[in-house]
Amino acid sequence: MTATATPVRRQLHLPPVAPSPFPYNPGSLLSVQDLTLEGISQLLSRATVLEAMDPLERDRILLKRRIALLFYESSTRTRTSFELAAKSLGADTTLVSSLSSSIEKGETLKDTGLTLRALGAEAIILRHNSSGAPWLLEAETRLPVLNAGDGMHEHPTQALLDLRTMLQHLRPGVDTVATDTLAGVTVTIVGDILHSRVARSNMLLLPRLGARVILCGPAQFLPEAAANAGPGITVERDFEAALRASQVVMMLRIQAERLAGMQIDLEQYKTAYQLTGQRLAEHAAQAVVLHPGPIIRGLELTAGVADGPQSAILEQVKNGVAIRMAVVERALTAQKQGGRA
Amino acid sequence: MTALVIRGGHLIDPGAGVDAPKDIFLKDGRVAEVAAPGKLKGTNGAEVVDAAGLTVAPGLIDIHVHLREPGQGYKETIASGTAAAAAGGFTSVAAMPNTVPVNDSPEVTRWMLAPERGAKVRVYPIAAATRGSKGETLNDFAALKAAGAVAVTDDGHPILKDGVMRETLAAAARVGLSVIQHAEDTRMTQGASMNAGPMAFKLGLRGMPAEAESSLVERDIRLVTELRDARVHLHVAHTSTAAAVAAVRQARRNGLRVTCEVAPHHFLLTDEHVGFYNTNAKMNPPLRSAADRDAMIEAILDGVVDAIATDHAPHATHEKEVEFENAPNGITGLETALGLCLRWLHKEWKLPLGRVLSLLSAQPAALLGLKGRGTLAVGSFADVVIFDPKAEWTYSAKETRSKSHNTPFDGWTMQGKVRWTISEGRIAYVSQ
Repeated sequence: MTATATPVRRQLHLPPVAPSPFPYNPGSLLSVQDLTLEGISQLLSRATVLEAMDPLERDRILLKRRIALLFYESSTRTRTSFELAAKSLGADTTLVSSLSSSIEKGETLKDTGLTLRALGAEAIILRHNSSGAPWLLEAETRLPVLNAGDGMHEHPTQALLDLRTMLQHLRPGVDTVATDTLAGVTVTIVGDILHSRVARSNMLLLPRLGARVILCGPAQFLPEAAANAGPGITVERDFEAALRASQVVMMLRIQAERLAGMQIDLEQYKTAYQLTGQRLAEHAAQAVVLHPGPIIRGLELTAGVADGPQSAILEQVKNGVAIRMAVVERALTAQKQGGRA
Repeated sequence: MTALVIRGGHLIDPGAGVDAPKDIFLKDGRVAEVAAPGKLKGTNGAEVVDAAGLTVAPGLIDIHVHLREPGQGYKETIASGTAAAAAGGFTSVAAMPNTVPVNDSPEVTRWMLAPERGAKVRVYPIAAATRGSKGETLNDFAALKAAGAVAVTDDGHPILKDGVMRETLAAAARVGLSVIQHAEDTRMTQGASMNAGPMAFKLGLRGMPAEAESSLVERDIRLVTELRDARVHLHVAHTSTAAAVAAVRQARRNGLRVTCEVAPHHFLLTDEHVGFYNTNAKMNPPLRSAADRDAMIEAILDGVVDAIATDHAPHATHEKEVEFENAPNGITGLETALGLCLRWLHKEWKLPLGRVLSLLSAQPAALLGLKGRGTLAVGSFADVVIFDPKAEWTYSAKETRSKSHNTPFDGWTMQGKVRWTISEGRIAYVSQ
């Protein structure tokens, strides 16, 4: 009914939507949309430079600067790679996690942020189970906030490390990007799109570089509205058809912790959407297989695919450290100016 | 009692069919005389309000507010909420029962009406339909009505069980009360914090589908149809979707007593205004799609909507300074309703001033059967709003009389500045 609302007879002049004040701090990375293509290119090339740098020289870049990691959700890859990235630039890091802090006693995100700032934190890396939490933290603290994954919303550093991995395979040697860098490339993201912040960040980033993004999964995990999230995004329910069109296949985990009562028939799901060696060989024999982790072997993909020659899953993990070095460096060195996309 | 003369203004009283320069004499809380300029008789000693160049109208009536007392005085009190009402030109407000404890008893209803509450304007309690608003056991509607309740509702806890809703409609009709339903099938909105659609997907928030509203409206209309009792009155609170309005329109064509209200935020804003998780754009029902918003405007202009109601829902600042999903629903609205209605419904979309004022006074009074309210005919309550229809001004949330500041309209330009609000013959508000 909504779509067929009574057409309005009059030409309506309506109140405008106010422009976003975010990000308040030029060092913040809240969303992939905060970055211009030039900003992305800078991060990619800094990642390459920093990765190759002598560790003792690199150590001086942020020597003794203070960075807090604030984690409301468990994490292996993201937390460790942010921590290693900050430390390899010489920064001091401290980890606050929801289970061993005053958050358990009811302290709010605002108060936790203000406390970290008072303790001398110059930037906060936030992982949070609520979508939008980094925006709240940035508005309240005005510190550089790095979004390390918020609810079902965004995970911008994951999208950047995925991009770096794709470029290494499809555009070797390229670390500056433009609107046609990924022209002709189709990236299929498969599975629990609805609950995936990785999917959202990738689908908003990749089309800006010329890639086509196919979202693939059952209706429960992939509402039709997803195709309207941005340009260059299409929905395809048939996994094998999507595979045949793809140079990159990104598999996602079913996010059991976010299902909110949703009932899933796992056998049916695997039949339709599991990436098996046979499917890959038949329909996408050249494609690069990505997965943001954690992987559940035998569910969204088989062990053979995860460990197989087309898998770049561990390269993604390695790229995570390089990208996060560049993002952390930017957080503490970015200058106030029109840095928005 | 004091006597007041309002001199030199232009009276618009849609209920009495008046749109002309008039002087008005208020005495003992009632309208004593309405006459052509300079023609009032026997007003010796009365205080004079000079309304030259201003519009004089029946005091505004908001049939959907949350005054938070008893129990949540840190958000709002009856005194602070009615002070905000007076500043917004309202002289009557109907208070929802989701207080602590729930207003499901004559005791709470009477407590709210006691003079010690310090109400600046008339308060009409709306009682809970079921005990504790749990949707199971009906309250004693006759006793609630006798205590002063003007309608029943479980507001934020909509009555989902068909049998309970049917019995509520029938029992309320027997004692002459309206049933107000916050139409939301809560089985379809678990964990959701904004309108379902592309914006919710983009923001990674679970969405409330439009069908959660429209399906319950349709269910309620079906129950009204089945009851075949002309006394049954269903009022749909804060209608926000095209489908719900379409259902109300059809019910009216079928001769049913089904009415609806729309809140200013639902005819002005869309889910795009949530922006980056602005908790002052979070309410229930949520801001909807542009198509739904346009349908609200159209329904107001073509007369399906019976009342503008604010759903004034104050919350303390610290309650809104949290993650979007964790923030409570609701925004304030009493001080901004008239300014927004005049700026947009009247100036922008050309709804005649008399009809705008009718939606804010005569119609809501008729809807809830508030006798002597919503008109300035002789003998009515001396409830008056006097405003400058041409004045533009900017709303500043921090200057509010409400205890809370949770509004998406901070900094918005309004039209029509309230100069005086008179409640039962007493000046309840004067602009600085």
